[in-house]
Amino acid sequence: MLLVYCPYCEVERPEIEFTCHGEAHVARPSDPSSQTDEQWVQYLYLRQNTKGLYAERWRHTHGCGRFFNAIRDTVSDKFIKTYKAGEAKPDLQALERKLSV
Amino acid sequence: MSQPFRTEHGGRVDRALSLPFKFDGESFTAFEGDTLASALLANGVHLVGRSFKYHRPRGILTAGSEEPNALVGVCKNDDQTPNLRATQVEVYDGLEAISQNRFPSLGFDVGAVNDLLSPLLPAGFYYKTFMWPRAFWERVYEPAIRAAAGLGRPPKTPDKDRYANIYAHCDVLIVGSGPAGIAAALTASQTGAKVILCDEQAQFGGSLLTDTTASIEGKLPADWADEMTDALQSKDNVTLLRRTTAFGYFAHNFIALCERVTDHLADPDPSLPRERLWQVRAKEVVLATGSIERPLVFPENDRPGIMMAEAGRTYLNRYGVKPGHKVLIAAACDTAWQAAFDLSDAGVEVVAITDVRPDAPAALRAIAEARGLRVETGCTITGTRGRRRISHAFLGRITGTHSVSYAGEISCDALLMSAGWTPNISLYSQSRGKAVWDETLNAFIPGKHSQKERSAGACRGLYGLSEVLTDGYAAGEEAARAATGKSATVVYARAVGGDAGSGSFMGTLPHDRNASRVKAFLDYQNDVTAKDVHLAVREGMHSIEHIKRYTTTGMATDQGRLSNLNALAIASRTLERPLTDVGLTTFRQPYTPTTFGTFAGPARGALFEPLRKTPSHQWAIDNEAVFEDVGQWKRARYFPKAGEDMRAAVARECKTVRDKVGLFDASTLGKIEIVGPDAAEFLERMYTNPWKKLEAGRCRYGLMLNDAGFIIDDGVVGRIAENRFHVTTTTGGAAHVFATMEDYLQTEWPDLDVWATSTTEQYAVAAVQGPLARQVIAPFVQGIDLSPDAFPHMSVASGMFCGVPCRLFRISFTGEVGFEINVPRHHGKMVWETLAHETGKLGGCLYGTEAMHVLRAEKGYIIVGQETDGTITPNDLGMTWAIGKKKPDFVGKRGLLRPDLTAKGRKQLVGLFTEDPAVVLEEGAQLTNDASPATGTSADGHVTSSYFSPALGRSIALALIKDGHERKGQRLYAPMPEGAVAVEVTSPVFLDAKGERLNG
Repeated sequence: MLLVYCPYCEVERPEIEFTCHGEAHVARPSDPSSQTDEQWVQYLYLRQNTKGLYAERWRHTHGCGRFFNAIRDTVSDKFIKTYKAGEAKPDLQALERKLSV
Repeated sequence: MSQPFRTEHGGRVDRALSLPFKFDGESFTAFEGDTLASALLANGVHLVGRSFKYHRPRGILTAGSEEPNALVGVCKNDDQTPNLRATQVEVYDGLEAISQNRFPSLGFDVGAVNDLLSPLLPAGFYYKTFMWPRAFWERVYEPAIRAAAGLGRPPKTPDKDRYANIYAHCDVLIVGSGPAGIAAALTASQTGAKVILCDEQAQFGGSLLTDTTASIEGKLPADWADEMTDALQSKDNVTLLRRTTAFGYFAHNFIALCERVTDHLADPDPSLPRERLWQVRAKEVVLATGSIERPLVFPENDRPGIMMAEAGRTYLNRYGVKPGHKVLIAAACDTAWQAAFDLSDAGVEVVAITDVRPDAPAALRAIAEARGLRVETGCTITGTRGRRRISHAFLGRITGTHSVSYAGEISCDALLMSAGWTPNISLYSQSRGKAVWDETLNAFIPGKHSQKERSAGACRGLYGLSEVLTDGYAAGEEAARAATGKSATVVYARAVGGDAGSGSFMGTLPHDRNASRVKAFLDYQNDVTAKDVHLAVREGMHSIEHIKRYTTTGMATDQGRLSNLNALAIASRTLERPLTDVGLTTFRQPYTPTTFGTFAGPARGALFEPLRKTPSHQWAIDNEAVFEDVGQWKRARYFPKAGEDMRAAVARECKTVRDKVGLFDASTLGKIEIVGPDAAEFLERMYTNPWKKLEAGRCRYGLMLNDAGFIIDDGVVGRIAENRFHVTTTTGGAAHVFATMEDYLQTEWPDLDVWATSTTEQYAVAAVQGPLARQVIAPFVQGIDLSPDAFPHMSVASGMFCGVPCRLFRISFTGEVGFEINVPRHHGKMVWETLAHETGKLGGCLYGTEAMHVLRAEKGYIIVGQETDGTITPNDLGMTWAIGKKKPDFVGKRGLLRPDLTAKGRKQLVGLFTEDPAVVLEEGAQLTNDASPATGTSADGHVTSSYFSPALGRSIALALIKDGHERKGQRLYAPMPEGAVAVEVTSPVFLDAKGERLNG
């Protein structure tokens, strides 16, 4: 069972308090009707599903109820960092380089 | 006392405490401290089971949890627990154990004919043999194979035992209490760190309990282990867990332990659980899981009486049991020689030490010579004889890599073998570490760490007692420092003796026998031989993952801890590729078989999951309601009167609602309060319908889609005030709808000033439906004008009901005049009882979910999850009226324009009349154009709801069929096993199509 740090509660809590909501930073287009079918399918269904560092949406469902984002290594299941919704996506390649040093 | 193989003295058993026990009905005695395995061996019983596939007689091979053969059932509580390893079962007064997989008896087993038929049963024989005719698989082959193969029988009665669960946190968890584990616990605990030390055995000490020649600080290793255990026990910061298997290493240093609390007791305290699941979160972990001795692969190496050399030594030194009276040693490494010396010193005749190595270390030869032992180097075993126990072994002189010359026969009643040691990296592998091959050790050892763990001692390839102790001390110190930042000075104990020795062998040994006729076993429990691996390679399996699945080698309960390296070596030699290219399979949780009880813990029966009850629950019980489960909710399904079955009760309830009035508990519906200046804008975006023009005091039915355009929920939304909405959802969708709303609010539209609050549990809701509904509620309503003009269909108002605040909705899920009374939940019971009384006075009745379903189906009202399945759009249901077409956007609007969602051929909602009005279709029945369509024909649709309608006096059904909206009047068929049912496509609204009854 994973341990997740909630950036709002500022505590580490076991995974059962949280739910994972898939890839982060996939914004819903502000005017969906302007989207082509291809663009809409891209938004609806296509995700990176990276092996390695991955930005994910998590919700502290059974805690504060807030959505936040997390960088998780999908190989080791380690959380590199969690951050509040609305904060910029970290540079994953730079993070990867830093971690491999 | 008749324990013919018990030594005169020695061992850690208590000879003063004799324990009677039974094995297959025969009475024996054991001593306190015995395992079932050591007790059977003391009584000269080696034959303890029949093998999985060939039903070959099998004996006790090991002294630990990796035991592949000695699986027994233990009888207790008028039932039996199967597949326990005799090497782990502790004897108590009156223990009753039984052997498995034999018929009619262990000594004479008819299944043994499989052994003679074995040429017909090669690896992969299931895949090859039982393919034809196909229908035979289910009816003939599988039952026969299941009866013949297998292990113990499952218990027949529900588990009477209790299981407990505990969470624990520690700085350092140490798995294994051998020299490395104890040393690690000593240093780690000295720093003040919180330490948990666990071991699967009943006593701490591991290999220290077996070694009687080495010494630590001048003491016997076992005595040192006892002293150190006492010292650890006395520390407040140390938890010692005996009989506790670390069976799972999960992410973020989460380790699951299973503590067997009472299995070893004859008469356990009833307040104790049988097993306790420890869920441990450790800051650092020290794996001190030791190493496992590898069998030698020679023909007939599975005969009872053949065991691992160190197991033999353990039985002798720890349990005071001689593995035999005439023991032959088959070695490929130095440690097996020590078993010979210990046995010889204990007065057991050692008939010979054979060693496959051309030469053995001079020091060992000298010790053997001093004891007058016969030594044969460059010598292997080429076969064995003996019916229920080994009586003879054939020796072979190794003259080349594959050539052997016969070197005579030797009489013996036990054979102790060792091909060397395999580091036990199971838990390291579970922690997602990648093992690396060590050329000098001939072993896979831990490589990079994926988690905060370190291996110490033999599990990372260190074998000498001194080295292992030092490594353990250092690992404990490091782990504690990493966890707590503190360190402490500990004087390392010094060991003398217990040297690592040399020598190792992997794969099959050469022999002079007909290779196609002999069996040399690799995986004992799954009856996999060296030949099977050869065959798998010949048939194209080139990766160990394929070989494993084809032959089942390494798939037994030891997960290949005994067999993996031998199998790998054979595959690598046959493939002529380096061993590391063939690969190593991954060890997975659980380390050893773990009971379901451990996982379930107390979560059984009523405690399995939370139960949700409505305020009328007790009232419904008192009025003999029949309940159904709706998610976690218990809902009253119908209220039968004397002599009524479900159909009669439902028919009466439906009729009463249509003619007079009915009362229904709708408290389970999800309720969400949406508040804020942007509340209407938010609903505008979440639901298909327009909301901005809805006046306060009015309600509207809302449809919720996902962005793909599919219906995910529906419900009535009432506008309580300009900035306040009362949203209802389906019972099952409540949590998901609320989460979805929060998701959009927090992440897509954080600019909207809206609060969403789940109020499902805050309100009790009573639905009063029927022509007399107003009369039922009117006496209790204060502050709301109920007249049809002032309070028409789809109104909502706040007022008082029975003197308590209420939100009154005028809505209907029956097609009749209807009211839903929302009161604070704690007043629910009082309001319900008042309404039930009043309803009865007017000739009305209570109705349950079944009548509710029928009443709404008569009106063609959908139920999300019944008429929809996550692929259905509003248009499919003929509900485009619910879509606000002028809205620039709502969730799902863009999705609805996708080509597939607007194409022809979509399944659409229709009604169905069966040709025979008495026939009620099966929900889920497929619908076709032909009465008996050809095999492979796709269905045109399926039945989603089906009932007998009392109002129509006939059966009705709702269905989704291809282009259904254009097929009114067409005939379709529902092909059923007893013949096709003819149906006619009709409108999904069966009653009061204009909706006039709503307006009374």
